[in-house]
Amino acid sequence: MTHMFKRLLAATATVALVATGAAAEEPTKGGTLVVAVGSNIRTMNSAVQSGIATGFPGAQIFASPLRYDEDWTPQPYLAESWETSADGLHVTLHLVHNAKFHDGVPITSKDVAFSVKMIKENHPFKAMFAPVESVDTPDDYTAVLNLSQPHPALMLAMSGQLMSIIPEHIYGDGQDIKTHPRNIENVVGSGPFKLTEFKNGEYFVLEKFDDFFIDGRPYLDKIVARIITDPAARAIAYENGEVQMGSFETIPRIVNRLKKVDGLTVTDKGFGAIGPIDWLAINTAKGPLQDVKVRKAIAYAVDKQFILKALMLGTATDAHTGIHPDSPFYEPDVETYDLDLDKANALLDEAGFPMQGDKRFDLTIDYGWAEAKPQVEYVKAALKKVGIEVTVRASADFPTWAKRMGEGDFDLSWDAVYNWGDPVIGVHRTYLSSNIGKGVWSNTQNYSNARVDELLEMAGKETDPEKRKALYSEFQKIVADEVPIYFINALPYHLVYSNKVGNPPMGIWSTSSPMDMTYLKE
Amino acid sequence: MPAARVTLIRIFYALALLLAVLVLNFSLMHLAPGDVADTISQSMGGADAEVLERIRIDYGLDQPFLVQLGRYIGNVLHFDLGYSFFYNQSVTSLILERLPATLLLVVSAQVLALVVGVVLGVVSARRPNGMLSHFVTFLALFGYSAPVFWTGILLLIAFSLKIPLFPVAGMQDITVTGGFFAHAWDILRHLVLPMITLASIFLALYSRLARATMMEVLGSDYVRTAKAKGLSQRDVVYKHALKNALSPVITLAGLQFSAVVSGAVLVETVFSWPGLGTLAFQSIIARDTPTILGILFFSALVVIVGNLLTDFALRLVDPRLGGRR
Repeated sequence: MTHMFKRLLAATATVALVATGAAAEEPTKGGTLVVAVGSNIRTMNSAVQSGIATGFPGAQIFASPLRYDEDWTPQPYLAESWETSADGLHVTLHLVHNAKFHDGVPITSKDVAFSVKMIKENHPFKAMFAPVESVDTPDDYTAVLNLSQPHPALMLAMSGQLMSIIPEHIYGDGQDIKTHPRNIENVVGSGPFKLTEFKNGEYFVLEKFDDFFIDGRPYLDKIVARIITDPAARAIAYENGEVQMGSFETIPRIVNRLKKVDGLTVTDKGFGAIGPIDWLAINTAKGPLQDVKVRKAIAYAVDKQFILKALMLGTATDAHTGIHPDSPFYEPDVETYDLDLDKANALLDEAGFPMQGDKRFDLTIDYGWAEAKPQVEYVKAALKKVGIEVTVRASADFPTWAKRMGEGDFDLSWDAVYNWGDPVIGVHRTYLSSNIGKGVWSNTQNYSNARVDELLEMAGKETDPEKRKALYSEFQKIVADEVPIYFINALPYHLVYSNKVGNPPMGIWSTSSPMDMTYLKE
Repeated sequence: MPAARVTLIRIFYALALLLAVLVLNFSLMHLAPGDVADTISQSMGGADAEVLERIRIDYGLDQPFLVQLGRYIGNVLHFDLGYSFFYNQSVTSLILERLPATLLLVVSAQVLALVVGVVLGVVSARRPNGMLSHFVTFLALFGYSAPVFWTGILLLIAFSLKIPLFPVAGMQDITVTGGFFAHAWDILRHLVLPMITLASIFLALYSRLARATMMEVLGSDYVRTAKAKGLSQRDVVYKHALKNALSPVITLAGLQFSAVVSGAVLVETVFSWPGLGTLAFQSIIARDTPTILGILFFSALVVIVGNLLTDFALRLVDPRLGGRR
């Protein structure tokens, strides 16, 4: 029944899409789009580097087997079709026949096998391809990924941000692929644009690849990406029209200012798969924090609405769990902790930490980047009201904080962790008891719950979407109830674009997805 | 003391200083908790423990401190500043790539500050209580006390947004086509705002100093003599007084050379100027030790060379120091 309904919905959506498509203007071909990029780029080779800095050029230069539309449905890209065997252990990709690398060499299943091998060995997210045991290449256009267990996360792992198809004839020369010279110069890609110039710290230029395997695309002739690291300067560049698009703008004051500018659109759509969430991490192994009542009391004492309204200035969405609110697996119906100081005080009394004078106990709070300072200062003030004396520990820089987190040397900390598509990739790492103390963004909270471990393990290999959703739903309820983390908000990432830009990337990966359909209006 | 010996001693000191800069900075960097593997992991949105460990092994960060230091010094002695962990590029090429932009910015800002500062100082020294003098004092105090990133953003809002005369960021517009002159004009347009911003701090120093020394010199005996000889006011001020008043200004300018590199960090960051300052800032943030050390090493070189040049310039204006021997 639900299936029928979904299909109906999908059908209506398609009709609506076609209808609006007809009403909207025909994409214009040609032109140069100027994009602002906020950070330097270590490498253009997205097979060995994750993250949003490489994600944008990576998805333009390299094609991936699949791409995603805005409702998380996989679409054919380099793979024109795909199927998963009944036991879920074999995923077969049928590649398009006319795809070529930028140097004219045809893209074959051998390159897919090579890319999987390279990513499995070098990519920072081991969970993506861990169950892939081998790749068979029965012919040039068929690749079969053989799995040791069903691995539904593979579908999202095959999008542009995470799985670039790279040329074996370039990177297979025996040099270390992480520092391969062709990662930053003479890059031979498989995607809609080729890299023609790259001056790190300044700009890079992407030009239309004429032999791209989708006819008539990309629409743009050129994308010029200017590296402007200062957010205020970036804002002025959007405003005066020097730059027509930019993503990952996150400073609330700047976002709100840009929203008022005529001719600009500012939206928080399209970041679901990147899935960044701001949260208050609680070290469940430390003193009073071992007691769930204390952790709940902290959640009741911290007024999330204050953070959303006064600190985030209304730019951020409430997040109740560690899965991004845009994700199909998000479970909003979990235990929430609206501000309630009486409850917080009662819980702390119950836990055996009575008020002595005006204090119950001391805690510290850490933060790793300057933008989080208002939040931690607020938490300090909020917890003082229930008798918890909090000392703010600033870190000189990111590595200082990362080391503290990695070694569990903290009580409370502000943190921001990203989903990266499927929960298996970016969510499990925070809760699995087997991943405690494995560096920054591992299970730094020392959280351990056998049922959670079991649920995540089952969800990781559950191929039925409904059953999988149910498993994640139970997981989110348990975590929300045990508060190893108090989830605050989805990071207010915004895409900014001039109204001259047609079809900006609105999928689930923002600009870390191919922009072959983006165009400039005349 | 014979000149050759003085030169040798100077070179020896310079080399010792460079070595000290390297060892000290390397040790300081090492004292800080965490390392570049963490920032690489940050840029990747997190990484498995196994991957982090491999990065540390690849870059030799798992070795004991003395081994790392020894290796580094050894490389530098072979004129190899190492390989940037963060940029996947050799540090020497990174620095050389960024150097022209910084030189252009710093030299033009210094020249602007020096010329305008001295002129304003001299003019206001001639009428210390005039309107112009007060205005110069105000301008100097303002320029000196306002943080450069603030001045920069303010200039950006005024002259890029409200009155769009100049581009917002970077050193060149990649979409500009045409020959040498089109590009030169484009770079010049990009240069104006950062140059003024950087010059604003030094302008204050130079104009104040020029004003003070000029007033002192104008009150001295030989100036009175020159006036008594019946020389024109112009000759007295620009030929006799100015030359003498300049030497403290030049000393200061020389000393400021290092400060220019540090001041350029902020200005370059605000304007996304692709120079050493931005590189320094970003490498510090990224804990990219080889790059930071490379830049510090290079800055030390610049300061040493700057001091030598100052010496030379002083000898030119002050014959007592023995200009040509």
